[in-house]
Amino acid sequence: MATGVKELPLPVLPDSWTAEKDFKAIGTLSDPVQRNIEPVGPHFLAHARRKRHKRTFSEDDRIQAQENVKKVEDDDSGEISEPEDPLMLQRDAKDWKGQDHYAVLGLSKYRHRATEDQIKRAHRKKVLRHHPDKKAAAGNTEDDSFFKCIQKATEILLDPVKRRQFDSVDEAADVDPPSKKQAKGKDFYKLWGNVFKSEARFSKIQPVPQLGNDKSTKEEVEHFYNFWYNFDSWRTFEYQDEDVPDDNESRDQKRHIERKNANARKKKKVEDNARLRKLVDDCLASDERIKRFRQEEHAQKNKKRFEREAEAKRQAEEAAKAKEEEARLKAEKDAADKAEKAESKKAKEAAKNAAKKNKRVIRGAAKDGNYFCGTETASPAQIDSALNDVDAIIAKLDVDELAALTGKLNGKKDVADIKEIFTTEVKRLVDAGKFKDGELKSLS
Amino acid sequence: MSEEESPRVAIGISFGNSYSSIAHTTPEGKAEVIANEEGDRQIPSILSYVEGEEFQGTQAKAQLVRNSKNTVAYFRDFIGQNFKSIDPTPCHQSAHPIEHENTIAFKIKDTEAEEENIVSISEITTRHIKKLVASASDFLGKPVTAAVVTVPTNFSDVQKHALKQAAEAAGVEILQFIAEPVAAVLAYDARSTAEIKDKVIVVADLGGTRSDVAVIASRGGMYSILATAHDYDFSGSHLDTVLVDHFAKEFLKKHKSASDPRLNARSLAKLKLESEAVKKALSLGASANFSVESLSDGLDFTATVNRSRYDLLASKVFAGFTRLVLGAVGKADLDPLDIAEIVLAGGTSHTPKIATALQNAFPESTSVLAPATSVTALNPSELAARGAAIQASLVAEFETEDVEQSTHPVVTVTPHLATAIGVLCLSSNESQARFSLLVDRATPVPVRRTKVFPTPREGGDVLVRLVEAVAEIKITAPAPRTKNRDEQDVDGEEESESEESEEEEEHRELVWRPTKTIAEAAVRGVKKGGRVEVQVNVGAGLECSLLVREVGGKGGVRGEVRGR
Ligand SMILES: Nc1ncnc2c1ncn2[C@@H]1O[C@H](COP(=O)(O)OP(=O)(O)O)[C@@H](O)[C@H]1O
Repeated sequence: MATGVKELPLPVLPDSWTAEKDFKAIGTLSDPVQRNIEPVGPHFLAHARRKRHKRTFSEDDRIQAQENVKKVEDDDSGEISEPEDPLMLQRDAKDWKGQDHYAVLGLSKYRHRATEDQIKRAHRKKVLRHHPDKKAAAGNTEDDSFFKCIQKATEILLDPVKRRQFDSVDEAADVDPPSKKQAKGKDFYKLWGNVFKSEARFSKIQPVPQLGNDKSTKEEVEHFYNFWYNFDSWRTFEYQDEDVPDDNESRDQKRHIERKNANARKKKKVEDNARLRKLVDDCLASDERIKRFRQEEHAQKNKKRFEREAEAKRQAEEAAKAKEEEARLKAEKDAADKAEKAESKKAKEAAKNAAKKNKRVIRGAAKDGNYFCGTETASPAQIDSALNDVDAIIAKLDVDELAALTGKLNGKKDVADIKEIFTTEVKRLVDAGKFKDGELKSLS
Repeated sequence: MSEEESPRVAIGISFGNSYSSIAHTTPEGKAEVIANEEGDRQIPSILSYVEGEEFQGTQAKAQLVRNSKNTVAYFRDFIGQNFKSIDPTPCHQSAHPIEHENTIAFKIKDTEAEEENIVSISEITTRHIKKLVASASDFLGKPVTAAVVTVPTNFSDVQKHALKQAAEAAGVEILQFIAEPVAAVLAYDARSTAEIKDKVIVVADLGGTRSDVAVIASRGGMYSILATAHDYDFSGSHLDTVLVDHFAKEFLKKHKSASDPRLNARSLAKLKLESEAVKKALSLGASANFSVESLSDGLDFTATVNRSRYDLLASKVFAGFTRLVLGAVGKADLDPLDIAEIVLAGGTSHTPKIATALQNAFPESTSVLAPATSVTALNPSELAARGAAIQASLVAEFETEDVEQSTHPVVTVTPHLATAIGVLCLSSNESQARFSLLVDRATPVPVRRTKVFPTPREGGDVLVRLVEAVAEIKITAPAPRTKNRDEQDVDGEEESESEESEEEEEHRELVWRPTKTIAEAAVRGVKKGGRVEVQVNVGAGLECSLLVREVGGKGGVRGEVRGR
């Protein structure tokens, strides 16, 4: 059955989930705690019936059950026991302001750290021992003055306001600051650490950052000093007030003392703040870590500068190198360009020369071919026409065609062959549309 | 049950240092506190002897003024103790305890003869129980032969044994001792309207000379005490003292030359009795009258005090109670948010301000069961006796041996879960998932718990992931308010303090953090709008089985996880 509260839905099964028979055992339940069920109520009776059903328990079972069970009652023995100073036992309760309430209850080593529970238990312990009826039973006189001291100490320590007032002036909990000489090396952290541990009790803000050690980080140390320079203290000085007369007669006197007390409290508070500030100043002044952090910071700065300079140098060098390289590449390129140019000029010239030579060969061939007049003797007009036509052909041919034509004509002496070659060439040129058919009279 | 079958007539007895109560269960099974011949349901645990005649209760209490030496009061805690380990303080104004033959005794004139007799603590106890039982027998019309008696959780076996013998000498068989705070819880759980739920209950038993707190895990109607605290510095008598001092000062203000009534035993006794009466009246009314004839130097004194004045005068004691309860919660490693109920028991719990102060110190989710904070609260003075009567009705027919066997640690000491178990809802991704509790920590095993869960809107395949989880407190700081800091006053300490108290409180809530996966199971093909039932069974050896199935569907998946 679902309860009144609306339940949230179960999650969708992830796609990747698989298990044999759709069940996976993954872990085991944590170790149980053996506890006592109170043998009370109808549900317990059912439990007892189930547990005892057809079973006998061995003596061993019985002993074990008692031994393993988690205890819920406090063990009152021990813990708070401290020898009682015989002088303290003779105290007069009337002088309660001068009494060390913690010592009276046997809580000297706990002081402001004693819990309310400890105070109550210490009180009870002392009452059991010092109640006047106990003393009377032991044949002592019915002197209840120390018993009254116990009651007063308890009254103050169980009242949070009064306890703070007493803790404010509890010199026994103070730890004196070490001298410069004492607080050297490792002892610095121990001695000053204890001072701040003790002062920390007055802080409204808890927990209070502690001094740490030579492994503390710069942040920790800075946090520590910042905290202590802004310390917010609850310390008050009412406890040292002068008693205000209780009777109604001396009203002026009463007011006067009240005013005096108020001023004294304020003054003490100011002095206490100054005291703490000096304490922190002194500790800071001889804190090696601060020096070290400064040196480290300095070194860090130098290191940074070195690095920066090295980097600049490296960059300059790199730039110079890059420039050099660029120049080198440019020179190489220029040289190559020049060579190429020369090369191509040479080639052009060679081609030109070749073309000239070829032209000469072609012209010579026209002569060798008897100016295309067969076996007849060529007339000057015929010669002129043939030479003009040959020049027209040459003008239409590019270097390669010249070379090809030259190749064909080379060594040819037969007049008909020569004419045939020229005619073919003309025909090719006519086909290529460079001449009109019959344009060259001598070769038609 | 008929009388022929059960010759035992068993009642419940709450035997306190200040008051005792007797209770029985009606044929309908309802627990009821019995009034004695004088009409008292809270019978002062006091015996007084006047010329050989024995008085008990209210009549004996009245003797504290004139016949304090022959009046024995506040003796319950002395039973079974030696003189070294008792605190005689409460007996300051009655017969003082003395050491006698390794036990404690009182030197009183309890016969007509002139000389004093030494009467042992056992004898006093026997006489007191005899009177209580006689009142019960009178009321029931048949002789009471047996009882269940409540004792504090720190009552030792030696003390119980001594009390048992003293009762036997009075002709009463003690069937069982039960712890006072547990009796109080039983009184609440035995109501017909009660719903048995898993919860943590704090019982604050604020009595006359001591205050006791117990933090109790209630699991399926079974109770396990997680922590206790005992206090002798904040109790009802300290509230009496507040009023004693107040009225003494008022008296001296009025009669400037009269002597302080606190310094004269008889005056102090009158002052105390009347102060207690005023204190009780202030639990009901807005003001109360104090009136004592011949308080001191033959002067009569009457005065009135209203509740707000009283609340102010007693504020330190009230604050002490609150700290005590908070301290006990801390001792159990719990947070106020873990506490479902505070049961206020004991006479002092009638005080309205104590209940409201506790309600303020705890979150709203904690209900404070006291007359001032709950209309359904039972009478705090009757809880222990009623619980004892219910237990008496449960075990009355058992063989003595049977009760002894069943209450032995071999039966009562049981493994309890160290960590809560539940399933993840909403998402299989732990950071988004929400833990839903099945079995809370401190639950005794074996245990079975079943819960039904909805499924995603479209149904389909769902994952049941059984995990352990721990409860943690999540604190959300209030949104910072920008304050007007223009007027930085010089002597404004008080002002800045009140400003602080006005500041909004941080928000605290309990969140579960899954710590360990125990098992996973799939329920496939859940129909749209279908629901899945998850049942977990944890065995005595911490082995655990999981059964998941669609409600109304067939089959389901079952699996086992091995124990430790
Ligand atoms: N109505 C009431 N209002 C306030 N205090 C009460 C009231 N009734 C009883 N008390 C106080 O409760 C204390 C007794 O509590 P109880 O639980 O009966 O005692 P104990 O456990 O010490 O026997 C006494 O101090 C008594 O004055």
